[in-house]
Amino acid sequence: MLLTLTGVTKTYATGEGPLTVLDGIDLALQAGTSLALTGESGSGKSTLLHLAAGLDLADAGRVELAGVNLTTAGDPVRAGLRRGTVGLVFQQFNLIPSLDVAANLAFQARLAGRHDPAWTARLAQVLGLSALLGRYPEQLSGGQQQRVAIGRTLAARPQLVLADEPTGNLDEATGDAVLDLMLRLVADTGAALLMVTHSPRLAGRLDRRVTLSAGRIT
Amino acid sequence: MRAGLSALLSHWLRHPVQLAMLMLGLALATALWSGVQAINAEARASYDRAAAVLGQNRMERIVSQDGGPIAQGLYVALRRDGWKVSPVVEGRLPATDLRLLGIDPLTLPAGAASVPVRTGADLADFLSGGGQLYLNPETAAGLRPDGLPALRTDPGLPPGTGLTDVGVAQRLLGMEGRLSYLLVSPGAQPDRPLPQGLVRRAPDDGTDIARLTDSFHLNLTAFGFLAFAVGLFIVNSAIGLAFEQRRAMLRTLRALGLSAREIMGLVLLELLVLALAAGMTGIGLGYLVAAALLPDVAATLRGLYGAEVTGTLSLRPGWWLAGLGMAMAGTLLAAGQSLWRLWHLPLLAPAQPRAWARATARSLWRQGLAGAALLGLSAGLLAFGTGLPAGFGGLAALLVGAALCLPLGLILVTGLGGRMARGVLVQWFWADTRQQVPGLSLALMALLLALAANIGVGTMVSSFRQTFVGWLDQRLASELYVTARSADEARRLEAWLAPRTDAVLPILSAGTPLFGRPGEVYGITDHPTYRDNWPLLAALPDVWGRIAAGQGLMVNEQLYRAEALALGDAVDLPGGPLPVVGVYSDYGNPRPQVLIAPESLMARFPDTPRLRFGLRVDPDRAGALAAALVAEFGLPDGAVVDQATLKALSLQVFEQTFAVTAALNVLTLGIAGLAMFASLLTLSGLRLPQVAPVWAMGLTRPRLALLDFARTLLLAALTLVAALPLGLALAWVLLAVVNVAAFGWRLPMQVFPGDLARLGGIALLAAGVASLIPVLRLARIAPAALLRVFANER
Ligand SMILES: Nc1ncnc2c1ncn2[C@@H]1O[C@H](COP(=O)(O)OP(=O)(O)O)[C@@H](O)[C@H]1O
Ligand SMILES: [Mg+2]
Repeated sequence: MLLTLTGVTKTYATGEGPLTVLDGIDLALQAGTSLALTGESGSGKSTLLHLAAGLDLADAGRVELAGVNLTTAGDPVRAGLRRGTVGLVFQQFNLIPSLDVAANLAFQARLAGRHDPAWTARLAQVLGLSALLGRYPEQLSGGQQQRVAIGRTLAARPQLVLADEPTGNLDEATGDAVLDLMLRLVADTGAALLMVTHSPRLAGRLDRRVTLSAGRIT
Repeated sequence: MRAGLSALLSHWLRHPVQLAMLMLGLALATALWSGVQAINAEARASYDRAAAVLGQNRMERIVSQDGGPIAQGLYVALRRDGWKVSPVVEGRLPATDLRLLGIDPLTLPAGAASVPVRTGADLADFLSGGGQLYLNPETAAGLRPDGLPALRTDPGLPPGTGLTDVGVAQRLLGMEGRLSYLLVSPGAQPDRPLPQGLVRRAPDDGTDIARLTDSFHLNLTAFGFLAFAVGLFIVNSAIGLAFEQRRAMLRTLRALGLSAREIMGLVLLELLVLALAAGMTGIGLGYLVAAALLPDVAATLRGLYGAEVTGTLSLRPGWWLAGLGMAMAGTLLAAGQSLWRLWHLPLLAPAQPRAWARATARSLWRQGLAGAALLGLSAGLLAFGTGLPAGFGGLAALLVGAALCLPLGLILVTGLGGRMARGVLVQWFWADTRQQVPGLSLALMALLLALAANIGVGTMVSSFRQTFVGWLDQRLASELYVTARSADEARRLEAWLAPRTDAVLPILSAGTPLFGRPGEVYGITDHPTYRDNWPLLAALPDVWGRIAAGQGLMVNEQLYRAEALALGDAVDLPGGPLPVVGVYSDYGNPRPQVLIAPESLMARFPDTPRLRFGLRVDPDRAGALAAALVAEFGLPDGAVVDQATLKALSLQVFEQTFAVTAALNVLTLGIAGLAMFASLLTLSGLRLPQVAPVWAMGLTRPRLALLDFARTLLLAALTLVAALPLGLALAWVLLAVVNVAAFGWRLPMQVFPGDLARLGGIALLAAGVASLIPVLRLARIAPAALLRVFANER
């Protein structure tokens, strides 16, 4: 199992008292499969994704990624997993503003020590970014930025791709095209995909689909 | 309108740190500026007071030819003969530091003095047997009135001076029946020669002390101005940020129906209120700075030039107003760019909000080009301009131009660094550093100016000290200097000294016009003491031989530069012109001076008294000889001076000068550090979108914080590298251009690598400390804060 969540609980302290966002989540994801995570806004989808990536820690329960218990692992170990094992695509601000598209595309792969210029160039071509390599993020449209973010993640060939509404800022047609690409490339590289989306239509295109509601998976 | 103003002001309540930075920057800038101004004003007032007593050297005098006292009978005879003269007795009160001036208020020329004796009753008291002694209140406080007349205080008197009736002074100084000199009333005098032994001495133009110390004040002022400018950078960045953050609100206000004009008015009102508050705080602080520094400054001036400056401050309304005016003007200047943008604020938000980053890069290029143009202008002014305005104009253009070029330079250097870097993190580090430059540029410019000022003024003071002390060593080559009271005593002294010393070198001098200005001629004996030690700037071969043979003269640097003389040019003297065969440095002397052989001097100025001698002896025996001299001839205090004491004194003076400049240096650097801190703090919030992706891709927060720390140090170090040549250029302009234009002499520049290294260390330390809080914050930032970057719900 690449990713396992067992009895995971997460509570935020808010102005109106503690807010339990995740309340005993059990979830497992196998290599080479894709899973859609849906739910209403504020149901805790992003929170779950962040715990899975080791970006934040669960209050109780166990998150295991590639055989490592994230809850007990130190910050450096979790950072190491993000570098080498996970690829993240967020809804926005994925890119490093000071680097141009070419540098952004190669960044994570180089960080992980897996930079393959030919593969990166192919990705750029498939994603339609070849003409934009010299531009900076602020000179790109939202859809272009998301394509760069996806390309960057796939260029690093991570075992697990975690995507948080990667098409949320895009219009329907672009969103569909981006998702097509992502699914094809994930399949090509044999990675697992956990994607958050509130669109049932998009969710239906993945292998499995779970819904978060009231802190639990249904 | 009310609602608009409260909306504007609410911003500051929500951002108290920003408000604090704005206020602190402005207050500190005003404090340093007004502090320096207070010191200068106080010192100037002191000289004026000193000069005003008896119009000191502004009146023509009658003195005895041998420098000794004048018999009172001669004075009476002159008055009978129709001369309008007034007697003065002057001397140091035994066993005190008090300079006693005895005057005769009845015959004192009008306008001679701000003498406090005016009303009839006072006048009667002043003249009556017991008499009165007028003192500055501070001087009076330190005096025990044993055997002194009734003490009266008058703040108009300079410190260390007592004013009393001539009869009282004669009694106190043991000069019964004798007078020091006679003041000559302006206007017609009898057309008869003076009695044998008396000569008229022309007045000096202006006060020497004021002119000598001008150099010091000029530097203080320049420093104060630089500190002010550095402070304005903080104000500018704080205001700029506040405007940037309030853009949306201002737009809303416009949309709600306030006209651009009204908003402008509100903003100006807000700025002026802030400036007023900060300015008042700054003036209060400036007063404290001045009060703390003044004792040091007073001691410096006293030691350096013998000028007395009161060690306390008095509050001058003009100074308050000027300080407030500076604060207001500074605020408006610092806000200029923001106000201009506000005026042109489009009603609708721009389509691409992040395009401003590009715009900033373009404006950095524009700024860099303007800076380069200013540097060119500076070079032109310094190379081809003449006079003080060109010097200062060149200086200002140099500093501003360099500051404007700095951000562009940093952009280019960091771009180059990124291109040369291999590793992915190192490349990102350079690229990210480069992106920080626009946001930090004002703070870095402030740092550049502060460092350059430190280097420049530090180098100038050190060069001054080194040169001056070295020069003293050479000029004060004799171990002892003795002054006789009369020609007869001088003859006996010479005879007595001849077997007891290695050499007795008479020092002869006469006043004479040189190129139409009051000047001095010195007679100098041909002796190894001079041949080996006298510091020459230019000379023909065998210069000493030519002078000894009466075939030439040497001129001081001031005369050489002022008249654009060349070796070989003739200088007119009574008894025929002589060619210039050498030039010597003569620091601090405002007057033209020439050196000739003593025989020529006596031939040309036969009345010259031969009273002063330099004595060469084994330094170990100098003290014993001085004691013996005093015992044998009963010479008064000050008639025998030993070289070691003089040098120790001048060294001590420089330590005090250092204390003052060091204090100002620390304050300026502190302000620059603060500017850095303010910018880093505000940037740290805006930076999250830049670091969050890198963190998500697997860099720990401590690692990121460490990189941020390194980034600040790198930028500070690059700024330091730029500050080095700029500071040295600043020193060079001060020493070789401004000083020459203002005072006629040039100081050789000397660089002290140890000082520069220490300053560099301090600058890096300051940058490190300034970045500490933002960096620690980043190291411990909650992951949630970083994650917020990626979510658009919140
Ligand atoms: N750092 C935080 N502090 C407090 N509350 C938070 C924080 N992060 C998320 N929340 C709250 O937790 C709930 C779930 O948030 P999130 O996981 O972002 O939901 P989703 O992604 O499904 O829209 C929301 O109600 C949100 O307000
Ligand atoms: Mg979400």
